[in-house]
Amino acid sequence: MTPKNVIDEIKASGLRGRGGGGFPTGLKWEITRNSVSEKKYVVCNADEGDPGAFMDRSILEGDPHSVLEAMAICGYAIGADTGIIYIRAEYPLAIERLKIAIAQARDYGLLGKNIFGSDFNFDIEMRYGAGAFVCGEETALIHSMEGSRGEPTFKPPFPSVEGYLGKPTNVNNVETFANIPTILLKGAKWFAGIGTERSKGTKVFALAGKINNVGLIEVPMGTTLREVIFEIGGGIQNGKKFKAVQTGGPSGGCLTEKHLDTPIEYDTLIEAGSMMGSGGMIVMDEDDCMVSVAKFYLDFTVEESCGKCSPCRIGNKRLYEMLETITKGEGTLETLDKLRTLSNVIKDTALCGLGQTSPNPVLSTMDNFWDEYVQHVEEKKCVAGVCRDLMSYKVIAENCVGCTACARNCPVNCISGGRKEVHLIDQSACIKCGACMEKCKFNAIEIV
Amino acid sequence: MDMIKLIIDKKPVEVEKGTSILKAAKNIGIHIPTLCYLNLGDLNIENKPGGCRVCVVEVEGRRNLAPACATDCAEGMVVQTHSIRVLNARKTVVQLILSDHPFDCLVCAKSGNCELQDLAHKLGIREIPYQGEQSTYREDTSPSIIRDIDKCIMCRRCEVMCNEVQTVGVLSAINRGFESVVAPAFEMNLDHSECTYCGQCLNVCPTGALTEVDHTNQLINDLADPEKTVIVQTAPAVRAALGEEFGLEAGTLVTGKMASALRELGFDYIFDTDFAADLTIMEEGTELLDRLTKHLNGDKNVQLPILTSCCPAWVKFFEHHFPEMKEIPSTARSPQQMFGSIAKTYFADKIKVDRKKMVVVSIMPCVAKKYECSRDEFKVDGNPDVDYSVSTRELANLIKQANIDFLGLEDADFDNPMGESTGASVIFGTTGGVIEAAVRTAYEVHTQKELPKVDFEELRGMEGIRSATIDFDGLPISIGIAHGLGNARKLLEDIKAGKSQYHAIEIMACPGGCIGGGGQPYIHGDTSILKARQKAIYQEDAQKTIRKSHENKYVQKLYEEFLGKPMSEKAHHLLHTHYFDRKKEVFID
Repeated sequence: MTPKNVIDEIKASGLRGRGGGGFPTGLKWEITRNSVSEKKYVVCNADEGDPGAFMDRSILEGDPHSVLEAMAICGYAIGADTGIIYIRAEYPLAIERLKIAIAQARDYGLLGKNIFGSDFNFDIEMRYGAGAFVCGEETALIHSMEGSRGEPTFKPPFPSVEGYLGKPTNVNNVETFANIPTILLKGAKWFAGIGTERSKGTKVFALAGKINNVGLIEVPMGTTLREVIFEIGGGIQNGKKFKAVQTGGPSGGCLTEKHLDTPIEYDTLIEAGSMMGSGGMIVMDEDDCMVSVAKFYLDFTVEESCGKCSPCRIGNKRLYEMLETITKGEGTLETLDKLRTLSNVIKDTALCGLGQTSPNPVLSTMDNFWDEYVQHVEEKKCVAGVCRDLMSYKVIAENCVGCTACARNCPVNCISGGRKEVHLIDQSACIKCGACMEKCKFNAIEIV
Repeated sequence: MDMIKLIIDKKPVEVEKGTSILKAAKNIGIHIPTLCYLNLGDLNIENKPGGCRVCVVEVEGRRNLAPACATDCAEGMVVQTHSIRVLNARKTVVQLILSDHPFDCLVCAKSGNCELQDLAHKLGIREIPYQGEQSTYREDTSPSIIRDIDKCIMCRRCEVMCNEVQTVGVLSAINRGFESVVAPAFEMNLDHSECTYCGQCLNVCPTGALTEVDHTNQLINDLADPEKTVIVQTAPAVRAALGEEFGLEAGTLVTGKMASALRELGFDYIFDTDFAADLTIMEEGTELLDRLTKHLNGDKNVQLPILTSCCPAWVKFFEHHFPEMKEIPSTARSPQQMFGSIAKTYFADKIKVDRKKMVVVSIMPCVAKKYECSRDEFKVDGNPDVDYSVSTRELANLIKQANIDFLGLEDADFDNPMGESTGASVIFGTTGGVIEAAVRTAYEVHTQKELPKVDFEELRGMEGIRSATIDFDGLPISIGIAHGLGNARKLLEDIKAGKSQYHAIEIMACPGGCIGGGGQPYIHGDTSILKARQKAIYQEDAQKTIRKSHENKYVQKLYEEFLGKPMSEKAHHLLHTHYFDRKKEVFID
């Protein structure tokens, strides 16, 4: 196969980037191939950072050769002789196995000079990321590899044209690469036969949260969320009610009951207000407060923002603070207004993908769980019972037998009432730890 | 040349390929507001990190807004710079920045010169809807520069100046997200870092995050103290820029008005650093000829090129980065320090005042001069030769505080003896000037002939690195000039590699030389101001009757009465210095 044949094959397969963006892989290769330069690079993005996601780690630990082979194929197709794997240092086992695999590939002549007597040279090096989530963004990743501060720069120029050390650089994610050898082995047609019209092949997800079967799954594109959650995932834990599923990691959104029959595809997920992302899938049940879920993700992006652009650096912090106000019962309808306005501006103005998508968890929960937000600010109530400041523990007088178990276990001694008397909780001193409820054998304490 | 047609705010515009939307809009009179963007055109410095997001515009067909500074025009593009979506976003972004900025505008050193303040005013911001936690960072004070990082908006301009232009490498962004700040490595204090105090960072800082150490209050107190004899010296570049602070056009010379104002402020003696610049030429020029003659005679112990040593930021730069070459620069002290040394010996004797009761103040276009005053080798028994230095900006402020109608002042002269100067000393204020002044004197001393023409046009200009060969009556003298420490570094690397062909090199730390110093009125990115100041400097030189340092009568008299001859033992003691290896001085707090 000529390099052009390879690219045509990948294009025909319809493979799209598995790292989050969903950019057609063949097209990316073609652009890099068409960039004229003496030196080009193939970079494997193994800076997997979505909370709870470990698809790439399992590939690198389980079959590192699939990635090495794909990188060499990519090098052959685009005209590069150097491959670099940018892997987070928190994956020591993956690093060790990659090192072994690279050494083996060199021994077998699969990497190095004149591979299999051809004129093609290709070798692979490794670079370690220091755990910054934003370094998964390709321009930030490249700056980090160059020894600079890991922060993104404005595109264009795209790495395919001007990347590592200013040279054309093809950056693909681990899972994307892992698909390549199979496509060439079994043919584009075979691959394109799996999945849907616009999303081909399979996708790996890290299924987590309130679901019976947690772990990694690989499903054909087009599988519905319902199949994933209720068939493969075995439904919700403890027979609770399904509330939402969060896809796309911190950049994604929360989908609800009404989205369950949505087929998993790049475009349908975006239309539904979320995204494919790299494959995190977190299932939530009725005990999850959606305002708190949004706050959790915002906390993550605030922590992981590189600080370069003002909307992400300051805006996300303000979003987080507003969500905190709401969960503390200090929010108003005006807070909700501001929350939405600011979210939209951040989406519209932030520099990189991280900032542009960071308000997604807020916006999607507001869209799908508006009533819950309103309850928080108007009734000062958290139905899921998560926001401590919005709850109070009360003694149900008719159930209380005056056993004093609650009073003895209260860490702040705010429960009064002696033996055989109905107890009373001093709300001004209560820290809402729940110890009283836990210790009460007579179901005499409730949350209101 | 590839041309591109696009539409901005319904107006068609045609630009070269590779032009940013910001520049294309400017071509047709649309000024998109910016904050982090900085373009010092003549110096080839452009900072466009696209970080502040103030310049965002709406591009038809694009999902999100685009930063006009970092987005290139494309054929057929349709751009809106003030749609409701853009205006809302822009305003929100500025409100966000303000929500993380101290509200002490009324007492901020940058008030009135703050680009964030201007922007908030321009965008009509009357409230900050997004309140929350504000970044807090300890204040860091050094002999010259104060870092008040709570006011940092992460525009990264200082970083570009410090790293790319000056190659000093002290300031860079550290920490992540909301905690991000620009700071020296490991958050060390500035005075423990390799900072040269060139002040280019504070010249480009849009807010009050980086400002100079202010000595005006100290000066006001000293002027009011009847026990003290307060002497002032003014650097050449000050007179070419001070007028800007009073609304005069850039490049207006205000030498006479400045002397008048200093008199009204109550200084006892109004002297001129230019006098000391002439003295510097006598010493440095003699040293150059001495080293040159020895070198030509085959003395292997004598190294060439000789480097100028007037600029304290440059001195600190090579002490940190090239300590192994510390024998190469001239040992001549800077004019500021020569002045102080002579004022507190020769002149103090003349007027019979104890040096401890004498206060020597310098007015400088520079903030590194503040640091230079504090160097131990320029003190006698702990008493500094120059007590402290105030910047051009501080002087302007002082004049305003004293209710002086600067524009209405009559011209006045400097006092004698240390107020007399030549044209050669005036041009010390611009890149190329020190070496031109040295050539004027060295030529005549070496050849014993009068110069046919004192203007050496070949040494003038704004190019970062320049070179020329001057014919010393059959002896070709090769001269190099660099301004901006990044350019200086290139010449030094050449010397280190044995590739330098120069006999003498002039180095000034600031782009443009002292006219572009860290203590000058802010130019807000308009480099034409530097050119105007440079023109004014050469104009003052041309107007002078005496234009060669060795012809300064009072300098001649100083040698006769006090110093003997250039490089004499006394001159060595009072007018020369030595340098230190500062590599080990950098430490983490």
